[in-house]
Amino acid sequence: MNLHEYQARTLLKAVGIPMFDGDVASTPTEAEAIARRIGGSVVIKAQVHSGGRGKAGGVKLARNPGEAADEAAQILGMTIKGLTVHKVLVVPAAEIATESYVGLIMDRETQRPVFMVSSAGGVDIEEVAAKTPEKIVRLPVDPTYGLYPHQALSLAFALYRDFAQVKAAAKMIEQLYRAFIDNGAALAEINPLVTTPDGRVLALDAKIVIDDNELFWRPDLGLLRDDSAEEPSEAAARRANLSFIKLDGNVGCVVNGAGLAMATMDLVKYYGGEPANFLDIGGSSSPEKVINALKIITADPHVKAILFNIFGGITRTDDVANGIVAATRQFKVKVPIVIRLTGTNEAEAIRILNEVGMTALSDMDEAVQRAVQLAREGA
Amino acid sequence: MSIFADAATRLVIQGITGREGSFHARQMIEYGTNVVAGVTPGKGGQTFEGKVPVFNTVADAVRATAANTAVIYVPPMGAAAAVIESADAGIPLVVCITEGIPVMHMSRAMPFVRSRGARLIGPNCPGLITPGSRTKIGIIPGNICSAGRVGLVSRSGTLTYEVVNHLTRNGIGQSTCVGIGGDPIIGTNFIDCLAAFEADPETDAIVMIGEIGGTDEQNAAAFVREKVTKPVVGFIAGQTAPKGRRMGHAGAIISGSSGTAEEKLAAFEAAGIEIMRRPVDVVTLLEKARQNGVKT
Repeated sequence: MNLHEYQARTLLKAVGIPMFDGDVASTPTEAEAIARRIGGSVVIKAQVHSGGRGKAGGVKLARNPGEAADEAAQILGMTIKGLTVHKVLVVPAAEIATESYVGLIMDRETQRPVFMVSSAGGVDIEEVAAKTPEKIVRLPVDPTYGLYPHQALSLAFALYRDFAQVKAAAKMIEQLYRAFIDNGAALAEINPLVTTPDGRVLALDAKIVIDDNELFWRPDLGLLRDDSAEEPSEAAARRANLSFIKLDGNVGCVVNGAGLAMATMDLVKYYGGEPANFLDIGGSSSPEKVINALKIITADPHVKAILFNIFGGITRTDDVANGIVAATRQFKVKVPIVIRLTGTNEAEAIRILNEVGMTALSDMDEAVQRAVQLAREGA
Repeated sequence: MSIFADAATRLVIQGITGREGSFHARQMIEYGTNVVAGVTPGKGGQTFEGKVPVFNTVADAVRATAANTAVIYVPPMGAAAAVIESADAGIPLVVCITEGIPVMHMSRAMPFVRSRGARLIGPNCPGLITPGSRTKIGIIPGNICSAGRVGLVSRSGTLTYEVVNHLTRNGIGQSTCVGIGGDPIIGTNFIDCLAAFEADPETDAIVMIGEIGGTDEQNAAAFVREKVTKPVVGFIAGQTAPKGRRMGHAGAIISGSSGTAEEKLAAFEAAGIEIMRRPVDVVTLLEKARQNGVKT
């Protein structure tokens, strides 16, 4: 789960990481008031789950409160990579001497949280990493023991020469580690970590991603989720416990298992079609899940055919069949449905479908080809 | 022979009295797996379906039954602790089926598992099955598998079933099928399984099913090029998956890779791995390998 910059700031402030003053606004009037309180020039930053905000016009400088209101009015409501901006962050336009990068990520390879720091921070950090990897200093941390003070200090020495700044950065690195652990993060990033002309070290921008698996026992973190920052159909799917990603094609896909769902999309493409979505109904699929899946897919006007691809293991294919029948009774599905199911309770599933005049295929390639054909005819 | 699971497997099921655990305990016993014990704290002394003794701890189960393999159906919040318990009890092979374990829990569990010299398969995986000895550890449907000489390793669940089903329906049996799981931190990776299949005298060819994300498949491809003499057939799911779902800058920096299908397929190609464009292609590609002089 991605957090907004302003939410990440709150979590980092809570562990004591020093930051520039600033606050979040939902209206131009609020932005103006924050700018007045801060005084001087401010930066208005769009709060959306997308990179490249600056290039999209979502980050603007305002020299006074009136300009802050004007810029906020421009940014609020604008769309960046398909996401509408509902909030802006207002921060002082600080004078900056240096920009560094401090990132902490749960790494697959070492299976540990790994720090990555670089004195060459800023928006081009990925280019720095690709072209001059020696400028990135890495340190894996054993989570059983935690981050030792000397480790934090060694990372800070990679950033600064001035010992006062080194000590300040080391403290912030320890605090970042604590925020990472306390909030079940998969990623915590300060980019840039800046120094001011008068020598202070501060976090200018922050990013935190929470491990979704933590949310089950951390409802407090779940409250940070911003539904309005997601594609509406994806938010609806998540509430229905479905894993769903909207795409641009016209073949709606309902599949059990993420790997098979991706392979199904690939096969749609292979046979000349375009998938309308990724949708994994998961292992134990109740009829209710199937109904919700169909609701979400049929809400997309681009969908011209729906393909079910179910390989029953834990998933009982008769549950899926019951869900399809119940859904088509609840609401009219206007596009053709192609059903492929095989595995657990297959005979019963086919009987359920046949009773209402529906049929099922057992071969994945045949089903995909038929769905692609029907979508083409319906387009 | 086979890898990891065979006739010598003596299985203890952690969470045997739970909803998932009891259902799959029945399925595993029915398939022929030698299930010697179950563990549910507080239910020690009971018997599961009149057949399997239940213990309070894995250590008790090991003492009483000489169990040598554990499978875990414990809910997510206690699953990493269950992994640690089995490793601590001296179980050399631990298979964790549970989905949804916080990654931080696994990050703490893995060093412990290694310190005990144990192997973990999973978590968030379908487990493994050796049809030749009728040994099933996990949830792979037994009826789609058949005994033979092709080894299969996969990051996926149902996609594995799809491929195994094609094999069985076309008369190609399997030595062992292993689902290694899709979580960021897993105990056994592609390379571990490739090395085991390469060393197994009863495996003639290997099928490898990967997905987008991470660099495991690329590392495995490099391993195939250097160390694997048996033919390998590979698939990558997610060629049409949307790009740009990314985790800050750190995700790209740490791996130096975006984990795309193109990148993985290129690595396969460079390693001489035959690429399946569709799941069904596994049949013709293995047939081709057989005609080139390899028995399958």
